[in-house]
Amino acid sequence: MQRITIDPITRLEGHGKIEIFLNEEGDVANTYFQIPELRGFERFCVGRPVEEMPLLTNRICGVCPEAHHMAAAKAADAVYHVDPPPTAKKLRELLYSAFYVTDHTTHFYALGGPDFVMGPDAPVAERNILGVIHKVGLEIGGKVIQCRKYGHTVVEMIGGRKVHPCTSIPGGLTKGITEEQRLEIEKMGRWAIEFAQFSLKVFGDIVLGNKAYVDLILGDIYTHRTYSMGLVDADNRVNFYDGKVSVVDPEGKRMGTYAPNEYTDWIAEHVEPWTYLKFPYLKKIGWKGFVDGKDSGVYMATPLSRLNASDGMATPLAQAEYEKFYSTLGGKPVHQRLATHWARLIELLYAAERWVELATDPEITSPNFHTVPTEKPTEGVGIVEAPRGTLTHHYTTDERGVLTKVNLIVGTTNNYAPISMSIKKAAESFIRKGVVVSEGALNRVEMAFRAYDPCFGCATHSLPGQMPLQITIRDAEGKEVEVLRQYC
Amino acid sequence: MSAKPKFAMYWAASCGGCEIAVLNIHEKILDVDANFDVVFWPVAMDAKYKDVAAMPDDSITLTLFNGGIRNDENEEIAHLLRRKSKILVAFGSCACEGCIPGLANFSPVDEIIDTAFHTVTTDKGSEVRLQTRYPAREGEIRLPTLYPTLRTLDQVAKVDYYMPGCPPESHQIAAVIDLVIAALNGKATLPPAGSVIGVGGSTVCDDCPRARNVKTIKAFKRIQDVRLDPTLCLLEQGIPCNGPATRQGCGALCPKAGAQCIGCYGPAEGVLDYGARLISSFASVIDSNTPDEIERILDGIPDPAGQFYRFSLPGSLLRAGKSARAK
Amino acid sequence: MSETFEPVIIGFTCNWCSYRAADLAGTARVKYPPNVRLIRLMCSGRLDPTFVLKALASGADGVLITGCHPGECHYIEQNYKAMRRFLLLRRTLTQMGIEPGRVKLVWASAAEGVRLAQEIANLVEEVRALGPLNWGKDETSSFILPPLPFELEAA
Ligand code: SF4
Ligand code: SF4
Ligand code: SF4
Ligand code: FES
Repeated sequence: MQRITIDPITRLEGHGKIEIFLNEEGDVANTYFQIPELRGFERFCVGRPVEEMPLLTNRICGVCPEAHHMAAAKAADAVYHVDPPPTAKKLRELLYSAFYVTDHTTHFYALGGPDFVMGPDAPVAERNILGVIHKVGLEIGGKVIQCRKYGHTVVEMIGGRKVHPCTSIPGGLTKGITEEQRLEIEKMGRWAIEFAQFSLKVFGDIVLGNKAYVDLILGDIYTHRTYSMGLVDADNRVNFYDGKVSVVDPEGKRMGTYAPNEYTDWIAEHVEPWTYLKFPYLKKIGWKGFVDGKDSGVYMATPLSRLNASDGMATPLAQAEYEKFYSTLGGKPVHQRLATHWARLIELLYAAERWVELATDPEITSPNFHTVPTEKPTEGVGIVEAPRGTLTHHYTTDERGVLTKVNLIVGTTNNYAPISMSIKKAAESFIRKGVVVSEGALNRVEMAFRAYDPCFGCATHSLPGQMPLQITIRDAEGKEVEVLRQYC
Repeated sequence: MSAKPKFAMYWAASCGGCEIAVLNIHEKILDVDANFDVVFWPVAMDAKYKDVAAMPDDSITLTLFNGGIRNDENEEIAHLLRRKSKILVAFGSCACEGCIPGLANFSPVDEIIDTAFHTVTTDKGSEVRLQTRYPAREGEIRLPTLYPTLRTLDQVAKVDYYMPGCPPESHQIAAVIDLVIAALNGKATLPPAGSVIGVGGSTVCDDCPRARNVKTIKAFKRIQDVRLDPTLCLLEQGIPCNGPATRQGCGALCPKAGAQCIGCYGPAEGVLDYGARLISSFASVIDSNTPDEIERILDGIPDPAGQFYRFSLPGSLLRAGKSARAK
Repeated sequence: MSETFEPVIIGFTCNWCSYRAADLAGTARVKYPPNVRLIRLMCSGRLDPTFVLKALASGADGVLITGCHPGECHYIEQNYKAMRRFLLLRRTLTQMGIEPGRVKLVWASAAEGVRLAQEIANLVEEVRALGPLNWGKDETSSFILPPLPFELEAA
């Protein structure tokens, strides 16, 4: 049996590795997407004071520490049964919105976007941010850098540090912001809205204006009819910081919404012996293997699923884009994974609008940013929507607020099963009789999981935006017969 | 082939924040590009282990290595990069002293895996056991083996320089890169091997604007339980701030933001064991001479070992808790 | 416990009281077990917790810290500082899995040679019962820890 090993050196709780087995005929027999590492946060956080969780769990991921910081802070609030003052919640959400803008921007311009802007069959040397710069214009590179800077500036102003923020504590924050800072934040936010609109225009001109791309998006290879998940506010509109988790079935019918403390009724995790990562699925449906459809508990938690799981966006400009999205793609829900890139840009616009909304909120500079908890700490769940999926932190403590139990369901993990399925499907489509059909085909395999912006998929916001990927085709003895390389 | 010196950066068991910190030097990254040939940097480019293996020994001028050594693969790459690099920098707290993931050294590795696979949401009953060599229907697939404890880079390979911080602050990174470039051009000399670079010589307290009145305390407090004075030293307000033992370098970011220093820059110059230094610092602010009262005050620090070794357990004198060491 | 296990104890003694007490025990031919290696400090307040960790990490099975009785320290209050450090250190060590019985703080004046000898004997027996600490080596790991970069030196 032939074997293909894709060994991108990437990270989640560690790195990622794909094994593709070919059968006697040389067609894909099976694929295994392995996560080869475990750092053990669920064990070693036990015994630590719960207020340290926003600091400790930051270090799960340096790409989205803000998400862990928020989920941990909310779980710690819940442990203490304390409701932070409105200013604290708004400041946290403001930080988080700025983070979303940065994160989504980087993904679109450096990681996922080049596939579209340049086209999947463009020469590898052009399928990166430099290619994008050539095509869209020189100033775009500067704008992306500007956007990253602005995002980090807001994160540092509110969170104290650029990477691994430190200011969220049970009951609120350790600091507020001044009017001077608020003004600066507002200014940057207004810039971000314009930038988001510009990005949507780029997408519209280049992608939607090109029939071949639209066909690619709507094509079957990138389609999985799974359940969709996403955090929504009281009006079922997309929210990143707070609310209930909405789940819709493959037909788009809402299966229900759950509050953070109900998550164990909804989510369970399947274990396979060949990987350090578990596969979450909808408990009410059950684990039926790596298959899609209404009877399989596999779900996705991505920008696309968040749009599917909601009734709209809470800000006007983003709402208009939301409507255009579904009318262009033929109604709700959308299952074509490549549409995730478009959905991400709509979220980018929402995050920027929210950024300004919060920055102009009269309460935002109030010195009332912390409520001292008065109740006995017990147990709590915190959920935020991380860019890469619903993030759940669940803590139990003793009466001193020292952790006795920790459960974490991390953003990308939600999508472990659908990503595995996407990889398999893409591999099946492009590998025939032991031969990878073309170099562009290789990129299409990769595009399958790049759409999810998986954290282990090099979502590290690298400057040239290159995703290391190598497929080695081996014969039955394991000898290399062909090496294909991907420089996206 | 260009004649530029070669640059590499690698992540072992890391969170990726160190890479982000490097990318956050913004325009400076162009200096890296202008002055170095980037030959291996998994986050940014495609070159494989075997490409590195094929390079002549000592051919990479500068390698920034972040992440701790958690499994056999991490160690293998550490050895490989050591052989290929002239200057190997332990970059970030993980590589220098183990960092937060090093807290795993309080528990046996089996327990760590067991815990992860027995959470409330994990399927029960199936009792699937993780196998590092799994006989899949189609052939064997493998996983790296986790080591009993997490180790620092210098516990598996000789390290030339240490650059602490979780992650190191970008302006410090930029300064170090400037220095290396200047040194390569003969305009500066590198510090002696074994030095800690990109830091200050003193402690976080030295950069902290909060006023210290050499006050002693009758109680340790938890940060969520109090309204803090924004101008006074946190430790003197009873908040267990790690500033006194922590290496200067960040500019006291956390205390400036109202939060205690949690120690991410590791031990200050000349401190052999970070925890021991903090024990001394905390002991000296306690205002009591009677054992019972002292014990009562100490109850205010619910997790001393975690407090003192939050970032530095693998790099400490004891390196791990007893249960992680012995079966 | 194996019959042949002889605990190694490192004792940090204050120059002004307990070191003299130990001396006195010696001249008075009061026997105390030979398991202890005494290291003289000027005052218990000079005891850096690092010394204790170094001792344990380098293979000691137990540590004894001694000082002048409360109120009798030649440097006024330094032995209280030692006590606070010791209590905090002991909590930390317990969390690391090191039994509290292995590290002891004893007050002894220069005249209390007999009592000190008895305390030492007690500690030795207690540590003997606990068994070897074995921190110096790391047999169960798949790797050998490199030697510690520092030797335990007398202060
Ligand atoms: S030192 Fe900190 S930022 Fe760097 S890899 Fe480790 S946890 Fe991440
Ligand atoms: S102990 Fe903390 S708050 Fe006090 S001076 Fe030092 S760093 Fe600042
Ligand atoms: S104050 Fe302490 S924890 Fe915060 S960045 Fe500086 S060294 Fe790290
Ligand atoms: S002089 Fe003996 S303890 Fe201070």
